[in-house]
Formats: sequence, C-alpha cells, structure tokens
Amino acid sequence: MREVILIKYGELVLKGQNRRQFEERLLRNLRGRLAPLGAFGYSYAQSTLTVTPADDVDTGRAADYVGTVFGIVAYSRALCLPKEMDAVLAQAGDYLAGDLLGAQTFKVEGKRSDKRFPLGSPQIAADLGERLLAQYPHLTVDVHHPDVTVTVEVRDQYIFVHGKQHPGAGGLPAGSSGRAVLLISGGIDSPVAGWMMARRGVSLVGVHFASPPYTGPWAEKKVHTLLGRVAEYTGGSYLHTVHFTKVQEAIKKHCPDELGTVLTRRMMMRVAERIARTERAECLITGENLGQVASQTLPALASTDSVCTLPVFRPLIGMDKKEIIALARNIGTFDTSILPYEDCCTVFTPKHPRTRPKPDIIAAAEAKLDVAGLVEECVANARGQVILGESA
Amino acid sequence: MDAYLDHSATTQPSAQALLAMQQALQETWGNPSSRHSLGLRAEELVEDARTSVAKALGAKSDEILFTSGGTEANNLAVLGAVTANRRAGRRVVTSAVEHSSVDEAAKYLATQGFDVVFLPVDKFGRVSEDDLARAITPQTSLVSLMAVNNEVGTREPVEKIRRLIQAKRSGALLHVDAVQAFGKVPVRPSEIGADLLTVSSHKIHGPKGAGALYIRTGVKIQPRAFGGSQQNKLRPGTEPVPAIAGFGAAAAHLPDLPAAHAKIAWLRDYLVDSLQQLGGIVVNSPPDALPYIVNFSVLGQRSEPMLNFLSARGVYVASGSACAKGKPSRILEAMHLPKEVTDGALRVSFSHTSTQEEVDKLLWGLAEIKRSLIGT
Repeated sequence: MREVILIKYGELVLKGQNRRQFEERLLRNLRGRLAPLGAFGYSYAQSTLTVTPADDVDTGRAADYVGTVFGIVAYSRALCLPKEMDAVLAQAGDYLAGDLLGAQTFKVEGKRSDKRFPLGSPQIAADLGERLLAQYPHLTVDVHHPDVTVTVEVRDQYIFVHGKQHPGAGGLPAGSSGRAVLLISGGIDSPVAGWMMARRGVSLVGVHFASPPYTGPWAEKKVHTLLGRVAEYTGGSYLHTVHFTKVQEAIKKHCPDELGTVLTRRMMMRVAERIARTERAECLITGENLGQVASQTLPALASTDSVCTLPVFRPLIGMDKKEIIALARNIGTFDTSILPYEDCCTVFTPKHPRTRPKPDIIAAAEAKLDVAGLVEECVANARGQVILGESA
Repeated sequence: MDAYLDHSATTQPSAQALLAMQQALQETWGNPSSRHSLGLRAEELVEDARTSVAKALGAKSDEILFTSGGTEANNLAVLGAVTANRRAGRRVVTSAVEHSSVDEAAKYLATQGFDVVFLPVDKFGRVSEDDLARAITPQTSLVSLMAVNNEVGTREPVEKIRRLIQAKRSGALLHVDAVQAFGKVPVRPSEIGADLLTVSSHKIHGPKGAGALYIRTGVKIQPRAFGGSQQNKLRPGTEPVPAIAGFGAAAAHLPDLPAAHAKIAWLRDYLVDSLQQLGGIVVNSPPDALPYIVNFSVLGQRSEPMLNFLSARGVYVASGSACAKGKPSRILEAMHLPKEVTDGALRVSFSHTSTQEEVDKLLWGLAEIKRSLIGT
C-alpha cells in the first residue's frame, strides 16, 4: 500500500504574484521539517502540494509534522492507487476503515482532473459509494452534511483516495514575512505572542533577560524549553540571553520604587531594539496584554514604546487571559510556563507600581541612570544560541 | 572545593556502595529468581543486603522489604496498612508536616471515605502529645508520623505513640517515616514500638533507587503492586540487585553514630552562633532538633536568589520555601511563621562527612549576600 500526504495551502493562492515565493518558502520549510524522517518527493498540482514518502517512512508521523507547519490550511493522508477503478473499489474500503467505522453518514466525491479516465466524477462517486455501503452497512449517505467525505481524485499518474481532512496550522510559511525579535520571559504570554506572529510568517529571534543570581539556571532552561516548543512550528530560533542584573540593580538603587516596572520595561525595549537592528529584525513582539499588570496600562505601554523606533507588536493585547491560556495549552507551552521560578519580571516587583507614569517623572528618574552605558553593556554581554524544536 | 550542604536531599554514594554496585552490575548480574547458580549468587547478594539493613535497624532480616525508595515505602505503608487493617477502623492519624509521600497518600485516603486527621504543629513544627492522645481513638487503624522532619530537623514524639494506642485499646498500626533519622541517630523500630518504618538508601550514602520498609513480624499489610512472588508477594518484580547491594553496603558502613552526632552538633552550634553574629537571621529549627538539619531565614531576602548566588560559588543548600511565584513550603506554613521568614528560608543539611571549612564557605557566601544582594 502506497500513501501520500495531500496539502492544501489556500490562503497563499490569494497572494497574486507573491505566490511563487510563498510556495517556495513553504516547500523549503516543509522539507526542513520532514527531512529527519527520511526521503520525500514533492510536487505541486492544482493548488495541492503532494508529498510522497519513501517506502520506509512512517507516514503517520510525517502527517503529524505537516500539521505543525505554518502556511498549510488542511492536509490529508491519501491512498495512492494505479488508475483502475477496480483497484479503488477493492482497496478504498479497508483503507478508510478508521474514518468510516466512527461515522454515521458519508458521501463520496469524485474529482477527475484527467479527462481521459473512462469514468466521470459522478460515476466514480456512485460506484465507490455503493461498494462502501455494502462493506459498512451501518452507514447512510448524506450529501449535505456528511460525517466523512471520501474523495477520489483522478490525477495524471495515480488515483488518490482519502477520507477526513485535518486542519493545518494555518497562517503563512515561517520566514515569509521577515524577522522579528520576541521578548520572552518564561511566563504564559510571551511564547503565545511569538507563536501568533510566527503563524503570520515572521521568523522569531528570541531575547531573554536573565538576572543572576536573582534568577537562576532553571529559569533559563525553562525559556529554552518554551522557545523549543514554538520552534516545533517554525523549525528553530536564535535566542539571545541578556545579562540584566546590573540594570535591575541600578533601577532598584537609584530610582523611585513605584517606577521600577516601567523603567525596567523601557530598558528591556532599548536592549531588544539594539539586538533587533543587528539581527535585521523589523519589529519587536511582546506578550503584553492590556490591563493585566501595572506595566500594561495604556500610559505604561506608550512609555515603553516611546524608547524605540521599530514597531512593537502585541498580538495578545485584546485577549482575555482564559483565551491566552487555552492557546498556550494548544501550542504546548502552558505546563512549562507555570513552573515556579523567579524571572526577570518578578525580581524587585514594586509594592505599588505607578500605573499612569508621566513622561517628565520618568525622564527625571532615568536621568539618574547611565542608560546608554547600561544598554551597551547588555548588548555586548548577550550570549546567543540556536534553539531547535524537538522534532528537528 | 565545593561545599555540599544539602545532604537531606541526597548524599554522595560511598566508596563501599560504589564497589558493591559495580560488582553487582559486572559480575552478579543474574536474576535472583533464577534457579541456576548465577541467580543464586544474585539472590545471596540481595539477602546479604537485607541482613545489613536489618542489623542497622536492630531488626530481623525477614522484617525488611526492599522498595524503590522512601516514597514507595511510605505509600505502601500508609495505603497497605489501612486496607489490611480495616477491622480496626477507618480513622487515620498523621501530621501536617509529613513528607509528601505520606501526606498525599493520606489525602487520597480522605477522598476514599477514610477519616483522616492531620495534626497541627507548634512554631517548631512539633506535634503535641496531647493532640495525639485526643486524635487516636479506638477506631483508628493507622498512625503515621515522621521521626525527624526533613525541612527543619524537628524530632517528633514517635516513641510516645505506642503507649497512646494501647491506652485507647485501639488496633491501630504505627508507621514511622525514619528517612531523615536513619544513619544519624539510632533507629530501632522495636524500641519505638513501630509496626512499619521507612528508610532510604540515598540519604545514607547509598545509591538512589532503593529503600526499605520495616514490617514487624506478624503485621499484615496489603501489596500495592502485583505480578510475582518476589519478597513474599508484597513487592513483586525482579529486585534491582545493584541498587540493593549498594544500599546494603551503605547500611553496613554507617558511621559511629554517637561520635558523628557529637561532631555535627558542634558544627551546628558553630553555624548557628555565626549566623547570629551575621545578624538579620532567624533560625527556624528548634534548639533540640536533629543537628544535621538547620533551617534559617535571612530577613529581607528571598530564598531563590540566595540559593542561586551560593550555587554560583559552589555552596549547595536547599531553599526552605518557594519564590514569589510559587507557594511557600507546606511545612513552614504549618509552623505559622511570618511571610518575611518563610520567603527567605534556607535549609542546610549535614552528613557525618561535613566539615567546618564547608560551613565557613557558606558563612562567607551569606556575608556576601547581605553585603551585595538587593533584597525585597
């Protein structure tokens, strides 16, 4: 039995002349993700990408990997048969057992793209439908809302038979929208924010602020795990770990306690932007969410934005915490995010942070810091490493 | 030289334990249940280890059941005792400061319709005899109390319980978790009057993966695992001979307990005196605690940064609590210590091998912390 994976990438089709570029990017990402599993053939036809695994490849695992690649709207595993209707009638029933045994209703769709094939689409559907009804007497046909749609596609060389389509990860191929720096702390929000932007095609460069000894090696390991989970979808990321202790100590020592959070955020943004410039990233991404904590009020967000010139994207800004948590669970970051280690955001948390920081007060407080020098030192001392997804 | 001061978490396997394990892995690798000579030799190794552990406890070797460690032994004791001792009743008495392997097993029993009492403790983490006397009723089927608390070193009044059970004419079994006491003070289940008693290998310089439950002759408990006739069907499965052999070697080479105790008591006094000189530190362990465990708090500091700071300088201790994000220690909470104290708690734990140099290194680190680390 020969199986292929059929991939639909609907949204890309709408992209006019960029389409070729997107297709190439998707193909490159897909190749990268599937390579560890063995050899595959790839071919485009009628806005479907057909992936043909070599004989020794575990197609089930390959299909799971396909499900995590951005830019794919839907995919299905299909039985690949010689162009004879007898072969379809003989093998489709057993192949689709998993889908059909759990269903009440079904329909068969014929798609004859090779018009030389002697049977027309309606005839193909009728013949196979009759055979499946005989093999699975519990089923009834429902052409409007079937539990399972069985599709028979007659192509130039083969006939493909498949059942349920699985939703893909959606979005655009990683890297097709440029590069972005993600500020990642170790909490629930930032990995989700990174994942959402990655789904829109950006490739992520992580920046993490570590403040040893206030934060420890376990907190850093946690960030590696989180970025690794997101890399399951993107293939991989580069992570810069910034040694941030001196900055946090300076703020704590020289500035009013209630401004600690906003001043810390501003310093983080400055450092992140510097790294973004050297990485040729075109925006910053944070997991901020309106009103969640004191640094996430409108005045505080405006204040952090004002220190950088790159756009700062906050994909979670209007979401409820519940929705963020549900996404984190789906992506697979939640259980790691809630491990209880100190991170750069819990160190020196002010008791009564200022929620409406005025620009002149902030300027006065920052005048006590060697802002340029501290930023320079952070950038110079940052350590970089590649973070790959577990499947890479 | 690093200062490893976290012996209540685990200890370094001794040379004797390593040798015994290597021998078991390389030469005596047969299955103790096999009828050929290779199996017989492995079985002899397991039985030798059983004898060593029994001797160290003043028990008979057929009273020793090997487990995978303290957690399994505690689980088996608590769950296995109440199911076998239904006739006595359905009341279980334990404390609020037990190790989680007793605590969570007891909480599970509470969900299964058992009447479980978690006795409160005083500011030193000690259960009172009066509370015990009140809690134990004629319907009590199990009393489980630890000999020494793992976070603060408090000694619990385990040797008083047998008399209380008898006074109530209760058929309760007595289980003692002696993981932190074993190898540091003499542990004699027969003198305590314990029916069941837990010890662990890797707290006494043996390997991880082995522990034992003492089961007094005549006491019946129900197994929690099924599948073979090993260890009287109470703990089936092929015995992990290397881990057991290492445990046996460690139990056979316990230090001279009174001499080690005296040395560590001196070291504890030296540490506590020095902490008091540093200032801003409160000691949470009671003065009469086991000297091997000292829990103290640096006021105005949080545990995790201190632990990281010390770790970066080769000083290894445990945080007695959790960080701003986590929940505070269940034990310190049960002692009703103020938040400022639980936030900055550290646990130092010694072995008979600990030295003054190691304590000095810790003290130097703490002085550095007070000088350079910004607190809360």
